Amino acid sequence: MSKLLTRREWLRLATAAVAGVGAGGRLYAAPSSGPRFLLVFLRGGYDAANALIPYSSAFYYEARPTLAIARPDPGQSGGALALDRDWALAPALRDSIGGLYQQRQVAFIPFAGTQDLTRSHFETQDSIELGQPAGAVRDYRSGFLARLHHTLTASRSTDATAISFTDALPLIFQGRDQTLNVSLKNVPKPPFDDRQVQILTNMYAGHPLEPAVAGGLELRREVAHSMDALSEEMRASSRDALTIKGFELEAERIARLMRDTYRIGFVDIGGWDTHVNEGAAQGALASNLTGLGRGLARFAQALGPEWRNTVVVVLSEFGRTFRENGNRGTDHGHGTVYWVLGGSIDGGRIAGAQQSLERRDLFQDRDYPVLNDYRAVLADLFRSMWSLTPAQAEEVFPRVQPSNLKLV
Amino acid sequence: MPERLAQARTLLIGLALLLCSCAGSNTYPDPGEKMAANQALPRADVAWLERASFGLSSESVARYKSLGRERYLDEQIEASSESLPEPIAAQVRAVSAPPFDSAQTLRTLTERRKAIDALADPAAKEQARKALNDEGNHAAYQAIRLQLLREIYSTAQLREQMVWFWLNHFSVYQYKGDLRWLITDYEEQAIRPHALGHFRDLILATLEHPAMLQYLDNAQNAVGHINENYARELMELHTLGVDGGYSQQDVQQLARILTGVGINAFAPPHLKPEWQGLYVRRGAFEFNPARHDFAPKVLLGHAIDARGFEEVVQAVALLVRQKACARYISRELATYYVGDAPPSRLIEAMSVTFQKTDGDIAATLRTLLLSREFGAASGTLFKDPNRYVLSAVRLAYDGRTITNTRPLSDWLNALGEAPFGRQTPDGYPLTATYWQSPGQMSRRFEIARAIGSGNAHLFDAEDGGVSSGTGFPQLSNRLYYEAIEPYLATNTRAALNQANSPQEWNTFLLASPEMNYE
Repeated sequence: MSKLLTRREWLRLATAAVAGVGAGGRLYAAPSSGPRFLLVFLRGGYDAANALIPYSSAFYYEARPTLAIARPDPGQSGGALALDRDWALAPALRDSIGGLYQQRQVAFIPFAGTQDLTRSHFETQDSIELGQPAGAVRDYRSGFLARLHHTLTASRSTDATAISFTDALPLIFQGRDQTLNVSLKNVPKPPFDDRQVQILTNMYAGHPLEPAVAGGLELRREVAHSMDALSEEMRASSRDALTIKGFELEAERIARLMRDTYRIGFVDIGGWDTHVNEGAAQGALASNLTGLGRGLARFAQALGPEWRNTVVVVLSEFGRTFRENGNRGTDHGHGTVYWVLGGSIDGGRIAGAQQSLERRDLFQDRDYPVLNDYRAVLADLFRSMWSLTPAQAEEVFPRVQPSNLKLV
Repeated sequence: MPERLAQARTLLIGLALLLCSCAGSNTYPDPGEKMAANQALPRADVAWLERASFGLSSESVARYKSLGRERYLDEQIEASSESLPEPIAAQVRAVSAPPFDSAQTLRTLTERRKAIDALADPAAKEQARKALNDEGNHAAYQAIRLQLLREIYSTAQLREQMVWFWLNHFSVYQYKGDLRWLITDYEEQAIRPHALGHFRDLILATLEHPAMLQYLDNAQNAVGHINENYARELMELHTLGVDGGYSQQDVQQLARILTGVGINAFAPPHLKPEWQGLYVRRGAFEFNPARHDFAPKVLLGHAIDARGFEEVVQAVALLVRQKACARYISRELATYYVGDAPPSRLIEAMSVTFQKTDGDIAATLRTLLLSREFGAASGTLFKDPNRYVLSAVRLAYDGRTITNTRPLSDWLNALGEAPFGRQTPDGYPLTATYWQSPGQMSRRFEIARAIGSGNAHLFDAEDGGVSSGTGFPQLSNRLYYEAIEPYLATNTRAALNQANSPQEWNTFLLASPEMNYE
């Protein structure tokens, strides 16, 4: 194997190597249509009430003397954007998500969340990622995206290739199939040539880590190849990759891989735990939201025609206290607001069960209640996206009655 | 061809041949080292020693051989933080020598920020901000450098492991507040002295440290302005574990007990006479009765009398006494040393020791390291990135002093386990599955290549200066033949035999399953 392989030969080898990886790791030649799903996990519990503002609630303004965002004012540009008579979009999301909302490509589900009452980040994140019935003994080797992937690939020849855009493989993808992972925050050049890849892979033949080793080495090369092509395209179209950064750049790269190859994706963003100096229309939360909104808008744009086949869900482990705390921040709460985005969803509306938000309505006199269970909401989306049978939906989310939000 | 060029060419070919003669596919590594090696260390002892340290070194193997397991362990438990070879001790002194005054440090920072804000010229302001920021980064890096040097070179390996473990257990994130200026002191004064001591002292030392008070916001927690962040994590992450039998009610009660525990870098407040006796001040740590909630409280069913800071001491003692605390700490320690899902028998034995000794960490660790379960797990513990990088460097340079720790910190960063880099207070996961994904394995092999190929800049002057020498990693050393080579799997031998150069041989060895498990 001294001579350099042609790309065709390499593809053949790579496919052969990846055959041992399990169904999670198909890298090539996925047909370009069919549903795509990306889950964006905001770790830290984002303050939903300052992203989707319950502006018809007098108590909102009473409970947040320094944090409340002013009611939408049509006479004033750049403030909160009224979505209906109760809810408004934070100014930080106005340009990015506001535009998509007007095209009916975004829906919000307030009062969404889990039954978990620990108010612990880690506990609740784990609950969500595992997606198992509340109160049951947890199986830490079974995340719900891994189950979705397994269900889709086991039952038919769906090319539901899965990938996590993270440095480590999150719980949500722990399962029977080995899922690939790669962070797209930075994309270094792959250091090994074909011969070295072969030797390293052989060294793990028969070892429990063989799928991870083989899959990881192949993926690194494929990503580098794909990102080279992306940079080339951006250069050609005078879109300078250097002017975009952070999640926006990452989202563009994610879109590239999901457009070409992957059907089920996951990415997480940290930094939402705003106990102190959260800010209101401007400030720490607002700048996080700006980056998130721009990234999602860019993702939608970069997918091109495939955006019509794509659904994105943005969620977080819990909402925050409805009242601000003593430090111009908010503490761990309960219910939150989920976002659903997609090129052909029935959006431009606030979906799911709702209620008013005065003081008497708060859960334990402090938080948003949960009226829309996360498992029911996601089961509903997956069922519609992939036409799952009730038995299949049950595999992904056991003991759940899917909601009927008709978003897809 | 000009004559000099031809000469150079001949020389190059000669060099290449020379390299090949010792690095040819089957003659590299040097068989001379094999001849010189002593009798191999039994496999079970290799695994034990590997796990109870940051990887083998000639020094640790010799000491283990001469003392035997139990006496070696006792010596490790007694060993002081100052068990450093002189060149490293000098480097450590250079960083930690000036006595640290947290109040002075925070005062200076406040004053400098004020001065910066007062600057009228935007360019000058920006420049001053950047300068201060650079100083913060430098200060934080010194903490990381100190930690890495101690981990690689200290003969008190068990203590260094425990310092790492508790820094992770009481994790703080350098980029919050003023933490970059505080973390050296946090490690040296809050964690290190108690790493093998009593758990309660460790809690109180972290509770009073300005780094923790800023990181988990208790500095902001005051009567009428409750912030429950630290109170929650103190139970969930530091003492009881999430299923440790406390409720949201307990979190709120503990938050009220902790009101007034904060930071003051300036003059003490003027207090009513009846409060003056309750005021506590140590460095920048302050208990301010004027900020404390003196109403009655109940924690885990126990009444807490209104006594100011004594309430905190009482609450910590109560938490540490819980069976749940003994179990939770034992489980975490066992996971770090035995791997995912440690046997419940082991956790039970450790919990008994923990409770019997009132939370003596050394005693609990002794139960663990001399247990049957610890021995039985030999060779099955997957190294987290920190253990992986440290053990590779310890083997590759076996006692030779590196000068530049930047590459190590970069590698840990790339592998997702940067020191003081965990944003969330839960610390890095101790379970192997978290570190074994496809993305991480390929990243790890890249690090193996960086270390193995010998141009990793470990011998550069610190902070990007000129190289003070080079150091090609000598992985096929005597240590290798005594403790690693005898136990290599067939696949690994096959890979090593295909190496075309010493660099590649090193890379394959460092990428092998044998170097990734202990």
